[in-house]
Amino acid sequence: MKLSPKTAQKIAKTLIWSAALFVLVVLVAIILYILIKGLPMINWGFLTAIPRDMGRSGGISSTIVGTAMVTAVAIVIAVPLGIGTAFYLAEYTKEGMITRIIRFSADSLAGIPSIVYGLFGYIFFVIYLKMGWSVLSGGLTLSFMILPTMIRTSEEAIITVPNAYREASFSLGGTKWQTIIKTVFPSALRGIANGIILSIGRCIAETAAVALTAGAVLRMPTSLLSPTRTMAYHFYLLATEGISMENAYGTAALLIILIFFINVVVNAGVNKFMSKGK
Amino acid sequence: METGRKAKIITKAVNLYYGERHALKDITMDIPERAVTAIIGPSGCGKSTLLRIFNRMNDLIPGVKINGEILLDNIPVYDKNADVVSLRKKVGMVFQKPNVFPMSIYDNIVIGPRHHGIKNKGELDKIAERSLTQVALWDELKDNLKNPGQALSPGQQQRLCIARALAVEPDVILMDESCSALDPESTMKIEELMLELIKEYTILIVTHNMEQALRVSDMAAFIMIDDEKVGRLVEFAPTAEVFSSPKDPRTEDYITGRFG
Repeated sequence: MKLSPKTAQKIAKTLIWSAALFVLVVLVAIILYILIKGLPMINWGFLTAIPRDMGRSGGISSTIVGTAMVTAVAIVIAVPLGIGTAFYLAEYTKEGMITRIIRFSADSLAGIPSIVYGLFGYIFFVIYLKMGWSVLSGGLTLSFMILPTMIRTSEEAIITVPNAYREASFSLGGTKWQTIIKTVFPSALRGIANGIILSIGRCIAETAAVALTAGAVLRMPTSLLSPTRTMAYHFYLLATEGISMENAYGTAALLIILIFFINVVVNAGVNKFMSKGK
Repeated sequence: METGRKAKIITKAVNLYYGERHALKDITMDIPERAVTAIIGPSGCGKSTLLRIFNRMNDLIPGVKINGEILLDNIPVYDKNADVVSLRKKVGMVFQKPNVFPMSIYDNIVIGPRHHGIKNKGELDKIAERSLTQVALWDELKDNLKNPGQALSPGQQQRLCIARALAVEPDVILMDESCSALDPESTMKIEELMLELIKEYTILIVTHNMEQALRVSDMAAFIMIDDEKVGRLVEFAPTAEVFSSPKDPRTEDYITGRFG
C-alpha cells in the first residue's frame, strides 16, 4: 500500500508535532515539579544562612558562594584560553597536522565523563600540586572540562563570520589583528557568548568533578585555597544521604533559577553590546 | 598616453600563478590617473584577479605567486619592503556585494580611519560627513548615523561601502563588479558617482555590463583566456576605440556578442 503524499505529509506533521510536544511536556514537568517542591523552601534565611547540622537546617549560603567561586575560576581561565585557541584554529593557521590534533583532542575531551576530569584534578591539582581540596583545584578542573566546549563553539562562531567582512577590513588597510578584534570578534560574539553560557551552566551543574577536587566542606570559603562544597554536590549529598529532601529541592530550584538568570543576563549583555553598533 | 594623462599605475609583464596554474600572463598596461579604466572580458578570464593585484588582496589566497613589475606612483607595489597597509590605504576597494559591517552607519565609515590611528571624535565626525557627502548620502543619513548600516537598501549600502573606502583617503578605487547586485536605479546613481569621483580619484572597475563600460570608462582593457587557459590582455585602449573599432577580432566578437 502506498500513502498519498498528502497523507504522508499529515502523518509526518503529526509525528513531528508530537515529538516536540512530548519534549516540552517532559521539560516543563521536571522544572515545575522541582519549582513546586523547592520554591517554598527558598527564603531570605535559606539564601543567607550557613548550612547547619549537615544541611538539615540552616541555609545554603556557603554552597552558593562556593559554586560562584569555583565557576568564576573556571570561566576566567577557560574563556580566554578557549577563545584564543579558537582564533588560532580559525584565523591563524592552515589546516594541517597541528589543527587536526587540537580539534581531535578537543572533541575527545568533550566526550569524557566528568568524573574522569575529577579524578585527574584530584591526582594532579589536589595531591601532586598540593592545592588540596579547594576552590582553586575545583575551578581548574572545571576549566579543563569546559575548555573543549569553549573552543568548538567559539570556532564555529568565528568560522560563520562572512569572509566579506574580513576582505572589507583588509581592503581598508586593517591589519590582521585589527580585522580580528574590530570586525571578526564582534560578529562572532553572539556565538561565543552562547559557548560561555553553556560553560557556566555546566560548571554550576557539575557534581562529580568538584566532589573530587573542591571538597565537601560547608564552611564559608574565604580564599581560593579554601575547601568548599558546591550547590550541585550539596544537593546530591542531601538527597542521597537522606539528610533533607526539602532542602535538596530548595537547592535544586535555586540552581534552575540561577542558570535561567545567567542566560538572561549574558544575553542581555550581548544584546546591549551589539545594539551599540546596530 | 592616449588619454593624455599621466600614468597612475604601470604594470610591466605581470604574471600571476595560483599554485601551478598560470592565471594571468604578460599583463602590461599604463593606467591613467583621474580616469575610469574598465576591465572587461568573459567570466573566469581573471578580471577580478587582475584588479586584486593592485591592492594585494591576492596575498590572502595561499599559493598565489606574482612576478613582473607593478608600479603605483612609480613605487613598486610588490617590493620586499613594501608596506601592504599603506598600499591598501592608498588603493581602496569596493566589492561585488555590499559588505557593510554589522555596525552603525557611523562606525562603518570611521573604521578605516580608526585602523590608521585617528581617535579624535571631532576629526572622525568630519571624515564621516565628508565621505557621506561625497557619495550623496549625507542629507539622507545625517540624522540616523547611529542606525545599523545593514538596514539600508542595497543601493545605499553599496554607496556606504564607497564612502567607507573614501574615508581612508585613497588615490585609487577598485570596484569589482560593484553594481552587479544592484537594481538599475542604484546602478545609475553609482555610475554618476564614479563620474564625479574621477575628478580626484583614479578608478578601476571590473564589469560584465558592456553598456556600463561604455557609459563610464575612459579606457577599456579586454582580457580573455588563450588556448592554454591563461588570461591575457587582448586589447587596451580608450573605450570609444575599443568599442567602435576594436583592433583584435576576439574583442569584436566579445563586444558584438554582448550587445547582440
